[in-house]
Amino acid sequence: MIEHGDIEYVTVTVGTQTFGVPIRRVQDVFQPERLTRVPLAPFEIAGLINLRGRIVTLIDMRRRLDLAPRDPGTRPMAVGVEQRGESYGLLVDAVGEVLKLSAESRDSNPLNLDPCWSRVAAGVHRLEDRLLVVLDVDKVLDVKVDALAA
Amino acid sequence: MDELLRDFLTETHENLDVVDVELVQFEREPNNREILAKVFRLVHTIKGTCSFVGLPRLEALAHAAEALMGRFRDGMPVTTDAVSLILSTIDRIKDILDALEHSAQEPPGADDDLIGALDRMAERAAAPAPAKAAPAERRDDSPLKAATLRVQVDTIEQLMTMVSELVLTRNQLLDIARRHDDTEFKAPLARLSHVTVELQERVMKTRMQPIGNAWSKLPRMVRDLAHELGKEIDLEMHGGDTELDRQVLEQIRDPLTHMVRNAADHGIETTAERNAAGKPGRATIRLSAFHQGGNIIVELSDDGRGLNAERIRAQAVTQGIVSAEEAEKLGDAQVHKLIFTPGFSTAAAVTSVSGRGVGMDVVQNNIDEIGGTIDVKTQRGRGTTFTIKIPLTLAIVSALIVECQGERFAVPQLAVVEVVMSETNAEHRVEPIHDSRVLRLREQLLPLESLRTLLQPAPLAPASQEDGFIVVMQVAGRGFGIVVDQVLHTEEIVVKPLSAKLRQVGLFSGSTILGDGSVILILDPNGAAAAVGVPLETTSITIERAAETKSEAEQPVSLIVFRAGSAEPKAVPVALVTRLEVIDAREIEQSGGRAMVQYRGSLMPLVSLSAAATKREGRQPLLVFIDRGRAVGLLVDEIVDIVEEPLDIKVASRTPGVLGTAVLGGRATEIVDIGYLLPQGFEDWFRRKDMRADALGRRVLFVDDSAFFRTMLVPVLQAAGYAVTTASGGHEALAIVQKEGRFAAIVSDIEMPEMNGFELAEALKSNPRTAHIPLIALSSFDTPPTLQRAREVGFRAFIAKFDRERLIAALSEPAADWVEAA
Repeated sequence: MIEHGDIEYVTVTVGTQTFGVPIRRVQDVFQPERLTRVPLAPFEIAGLINLRGRIVTLIDMRRRLDLAPRDPGTRPMAVGVEQRGESYGLLVDAVGEVLKLSAESRDSNPLNLDPCWSRVAAGVHRLEDRLLVVLDVDKVLDVKVDALAA
Repeated sequence: MDELLRDFLTETHENLDVVDVELVQFEREPNNREILAKVFRLVHTIKGTCSFVGLPRLEALAHAAEALMGRFRDGMPVTTDAVSLILSTIDRIKDILDALEHSAQEPPGADDDLIGALDRMAERAAAPAPAKAAPAERRDDSPLKAATLRVQVDTIEQLMTMVSELVLTRNQLLDIARRHDDTEFKAPLARLSHVTVELQERVMKTRMQPIGNAWSKLPRMVRDLAHELGKEIDLEMHGGDTELDRQVLEQIRDPLTHMVRNAADHGIETTAERNAAGKPGRATIRLSAFHQGGNIIVELSDDGRGLNAERIRAQAVTQGIVSAEEAEKLGDAQVHKLIFTPGFSTAAAVTSVSGRGVGMDVVQNNIDEIGGTIDVKTQRGRGTTFTIKIPLTLAIVSALIVECQGERFAVPQLAVVEVVMSETNAEHRVEPIHDSRVLRLREQLLPLESLRTLLQPAPLAPASQEDGFIVVMQVAGRGFGIVVDQVLHTEEIVVKPLSAKLRQVGLFSGSTILGDGSVILILDPNGAAAAVGVPLETTSITIERAAETKSEAEQPVSLIVFRAGSAEPKAVPVALVTRLEVIDAREIEQSGGRAMVQYRGSLMPLVSLSAAATKREGRQPLLVFIDRGRAVGLLVDEIVDIVEEPLDIKVASRTPGVLGTAVLGGRATEIVDIGYLLPQGFEDWFRRKDMRADALGRRVLFVDDSAFFRTMLVPVLQAAGYAVTTASGGHEALAIVQKEGRFAAIVSDIEMPEMNGFELAEALKSNPRTAHIPLIALSSFDTPPTLQRAREVGFRAFIAKFDRERLIAALSEPAADWVEAA
């Protein structure tokens, strides 16, 4: 799908990289508490939490992007998204500001990007001081298929 | 799509479903003016609405069909061709409606073919007797309409979601209140709690729909199949008004349709085959639905050829589902269950295995998803019965909360048989066999696995010899044990489905939020069974074989075990208990020296087993018994467990209110006599206004070798106004009848030592003095041959034990035909 005009992104940090989640997909941003681990679940799934009576499945973006585990002392943040009526949360290190970026200025994924990353990335924006990788929420949530492909 | 069109579509779809059913009925009873009038009226309504909404194609079709039906009304003979033609017209109308639903426009096309055929058929009839133009019925729709309201399903779903949240919030508040004594919000919280329960029930009620809705297309389907296959099949439907959660209804609609199709297609023989086998040419498929101990049972039985165990066995070996050696060892009953195994059904099976394996694994899958179970019983040449057991509501279930390695899990109570302690020297011993462990529990050997290992498969987990609690579960007749670290308590939980990414795990069926706000996972009994390694019956063959030969006295009965008044456990059959409730003890009111509580808008009397003072505050669990609209609550201290065990009363009791003592779960347990307790709630229990005048003083002889059933059912009969005499066997019954003569009816058990129910019936029927006495059979075995035999020897009705209402109904219908309610 080709998008035109300005798109708003919620910026998040995972490891040292800045990512952008399209704001129209973002339900809320929250600090997850009392995580329930799901034994036998795919590796990327951090667990379940109760968010105001809703059960949210959390995906650990560090695991999703094949990064080292978070320092146990730090508290991650979560970006709430929905897919087919189900609630998910993307576990990230920090949530930043909202940026309005022009769709025309987005570059496609660099060819040498780690396949694990390029599967979930939908292009790159050149910001003044850094690069912002756009996350394709549906591909991020496509945990099962990736697990099979791996 | 505008509101008007949407309403039109919903209404017309519903009307057409009715027309389908009624037409099939009409074809069989062409002289039934009532049915014709009804069909005519419906088609007329459809025509009228079409012209009003401006749908010319539909209007023309409906008009032509109506005209032909008008001829029927004028006396034209009803032929299969004519009915088929009208049915095809209805199919065309449905096609157009479907297109309409998608595009909000009538699809282009012509219906001259059908309209021409309809007209021709109508004219042919009109020629000899030029009939007057079909008189249009100008009757307006029923006045009842104003009392109901069409609501979008979404709205109800949203309401239900909100109510679930409310329940959770309530649980959280209750949890906080428990931790802080002496707070002023206890009283308002208790009220909130009750309103929440009430609201939850009302909303759930709105989601309920009669199962008949899922059956509406079946008569038409069976008719068409029968025509196509050259068979004669009657489809009987009972209990269509039994209500199910809408979600559940959607889940079983397809499996049921599929199974009925299978029955008609493969289960039933052709008329010629049936005649050759000495069976009536006309076959019967019976579909029935009813409530049973917190479940809804849907039964589908046919009197066809039955499953062919040999061919299933061969097929299963061919497909590598079991080895030839295993297949040899399997009993027929276990072989029949192989049809539910995934992969069993292939196209080849359609022809080679009486076809009945087709897609049964899919059926099983759908039923699994709603937490139900399916079972099959069959007899070669006699027929097949499928029994589907569905938990009453999906959204909120009772669960056992267990702990394993510091994490909590919920286990649905439905699958839990009992909980035992595992200790090295206890009578329930855990013993190793090579790498696996088994639980030696009374006469059974059950496969055993610790939850720890299931959650963290080898090689990470050491096969430790830990002591803990064993949750004994049963899935589809297979027992197994799961070792957990702790059993915490039971709780009514709101089931939240797992997200799509987690459904593949298989060990969990959902998640829930506990009162303290934490999320826990719900263990899936089916998944656990598979993980323990009980995919087939092979592991428990010996147990099942043993069970099959047990007499009825040893048939397991589900019992609620509780404590009341003393430390000794007490029990009552689950089938007699309507609900388990927990109230706030402060709500108990004293009125005229009796304890009462407000319950569902009226005062419910409370009875207790001991004279000890009732609690003044705190949680007060109740067993609620409801008999024909009247509720009585039994105060108990604690509900301990639900067990399924043979009920063998070892020691009779002299204490009023106690039937005797039986050994349950290895402990002596008092079996409580509900027939004694309930009348204490209502002084007039035996003098009720609704007592049947016709029953008063009529004498009934009740024959059963089990003292338990005698004691349980006699008060029921007395309560309905009958004078009851009991006999403990066939010989005694005959002697009583000879001596005392006139009985209005004899209710007899079938399975009895020395002289069984069949023999008793034969003896009674052969004596002219007693041949006229109506006989009612009471049994827990309802296999087709048993039913057949009961009918042959002269029983007028066949009632399942514990089914008090049907028993009373059967007694009060003097001229009733064969009643089958087992």
